[in-house]
Amino acid sequence: MSETVIKITNLKKWFPVKMGFSGSLFFRRQLFVRAVDGISFEIKKGEIFGLAGESGSGKTTTGRLILRLLEPTAGTIMFRKQDITRLDENEMKELRKRMQIVFQDPYESLNPRMAVGDIIAEPLRVLHAVNNERELEQRVKQVLKDAELHPAEEFIFRYPHELSGGQRQRVATARAFVLNPEFVVADEPVSMLDVSTRAEILQLMVSLVEKYQTSFLYITHDLALSRHMCDRIAIMYLGKIMELGTTNQVIYESLHPYTKALIVAVPVPDPTSKRSEVVIKGEIPSPVNPPSGCRFHTRCPEYIGDICRTKEPQLIDVGDNHLVACHLYGGKEVKA
Amino acid sequence: MSLLEVQNLTTYYTTLRGPVHAVENISFSMDKGEPLGLAGESGCGKTTVALSILKILPYNGKVISGKILFKGKDIVKVSDEEMRTQIRWKGVSLIFQGAMNALNPVYKIEDQIIEAILTHEPGVTKKEAKERIVRLFEMVGVDPSRKGNYPHEFSGGMKQRAMIAMALACNPEILIADEPGTALDVIVQAQVLKLFNELKKRLNLATILISHDLSIISETCDKLAIMYAGKIVELGDVYTMFKDPLHPYTEGLISAFPNIKEQRRKMISIPGTPPDLLRPPSGCKFHPRCSYAMDICKKNEPEFIEISKGHFVMCHLVSKE
Repeated sequence: MSETVIKITNLKKWFPVKMGFSGSLFFRRQLFVRAVDGISFEIKKGEIFGLAGESGSGKTTTGRLILRLLEPTAGTIMFRKQDITRLDENEMKELRKRMQIVFQDPYESLNPRMAVGDIIAEPLRVLHAVNNERELEQRVKQVLKDAELHPAEEFIFRYPHELSGGQRQRVATARAFVLNPEFVVADEPVSMLDVSTRAEILQLMVSLVEKYQTSFLYITHDLALSRHMCDRIAIMYLGKIMELGTTNQVIYESLHPYTKALIVAVPVPDPTSKRSEVVIKGEIPSPVNPPSGCRFHTRCPEYIGDICRTKEPQLIDVGDNHLVACHLYGGKEVKA
Repeated sequence: MSLLEVQNLTTYYTTLRGPVHAVENISFSMDKGEPLGLAGESGCGKTTVALSILKILPYNGKVISGKILFKGKDIVKVSDEEMRTQIRWKGVSLIFQGAMNALNPVYKIEDQIIEAILTHEPGVTKKEAKERIVRLFEMVGVDPSRKGNYPHEFSGGMKQRAMIAMALACNPEILIADEPGTALDVIVQAQVLKLFNELKKRLNLATILISHDLSIISETCDKLAIMYAGKIVELGDVYTMFKDPLHPYTEGLISAFPNIKEQRRKMISIPGTPPDLLRPPSGCKFHPRCSYAMDICKKNEPEFIEISKGHFVMCHLVSKE
């Protein structure tokens, strides 16, 4: 088994709810949005780890916490052998060379006043990752080639408005990979792109990950795409991980009722396979006051009684590192 | 006679840089109760087709040529007044794209639906309209006691249901849904599509489902039209087209949609990007991205021909044989 690059333990992020002046006078208790509420997982070298769930489940917050773009409320984030939650800004800056992010919207994440060459060179310059201009140019050209932006010499001088959405996302990907990072977060990298170009951007990311043996956290709501992209998948709901396992375990041998519901809801591009009629009711509850016990019990089609309402299920291993947090599988061995 | 027949419809938008060829020479027809899916990438003219049928194009949009026959009457020539009181909402109605933003945030949902009813059916009293709303809300699965709420008090799924209720307010025969699933979470999206399917059957509606997502269309429609750069490039029965796509673009689009039930595979997409409709490519509009492109594709535009009954395609590869 290859080495662990990222290991997070019991990570939490609670955002305080702004109450205003009168609110703070009359309500003594501060309310929190429990965006991420105690999650643990690890990502290995060269692995594509998918984090899936509905909006509001805490996927994006998790991605930002791991890069320390947000400060965690509690928990530890081990990067290699180092707990990065304890580092100060200077020490963090050293580490940022080794961890990067691709944002969701390439129309917003690229500076419209900078040419592509400068956009990609910026991380090298800011983090002093190169010794001279010649090396800088070489690195930029190389990564443009990797990102399949041909001819590189031409793209260097183009501006973002001259590029299509797919090309922009290639530039954003090139910018993330130019530092040759050990860990990259991609937050819904294709949701803003045209359907015909989505697959090629993801395929590019897969090939870069293979080439550089990067650890990759892929945040998405699209289970169909993650099925073809990820090695392992974690399903999040209201700040908690509900199920975690290899892609095949989660998709084909899913155990958690929420995972099953998500998979049933994914439309299948095949007119001959009609969807089964079980669609769960309601929408994701507010993370300010998450339901007691199992957070999913209010919508769960397999609710088994008071235990779901009163006791929070732990994430347990049901065999072969397939983890699930559900009372249906509490304590006993399950072979799917 | 078909319920709706679109013949050689061409719609352009005038801009400072010249006309945008948003919809060019498209034809299709539909019968009562028939579900049609209209698929394609963003900017291919799907929404413009819907706006043309309802005659609610923005100020710079214009139907240049062609006919839209609704029960034999050409909508293109109908007066605004007749359109408003006879056809729009009573004959053809639309679920607007982006339910999140389509409702006016400063009016109660009830009042917005009443406005739609009174505008299109001037004979109805406000009291009758209110009663109708209770029925509509029950039909779309929203508690009628919530009708007095403002849009911000509704969740995303409820807003989409309210939009569907509004579209059904005057018992239309054709319902057009523009991207009804986008911006919703997959579970809520599945709920909304299920509702859409049930209503379609119950009310015997002819529906046009506009979406970029082929998987949604394959689950809800029997007939499928694929649009590319303002043209319908393939039209036919959804089973045949998924099994045996004839146009290279259809083929590419289908393989760009991964199936969650399949084994892990390499993701395939169509190289290049959709063309600029200010200056569409010569010949077949798809030729710059087509892996089967031949010389003739650059020069001549292929004809839209019927290969087998009800299956039309616009491609030189097919017409050659």
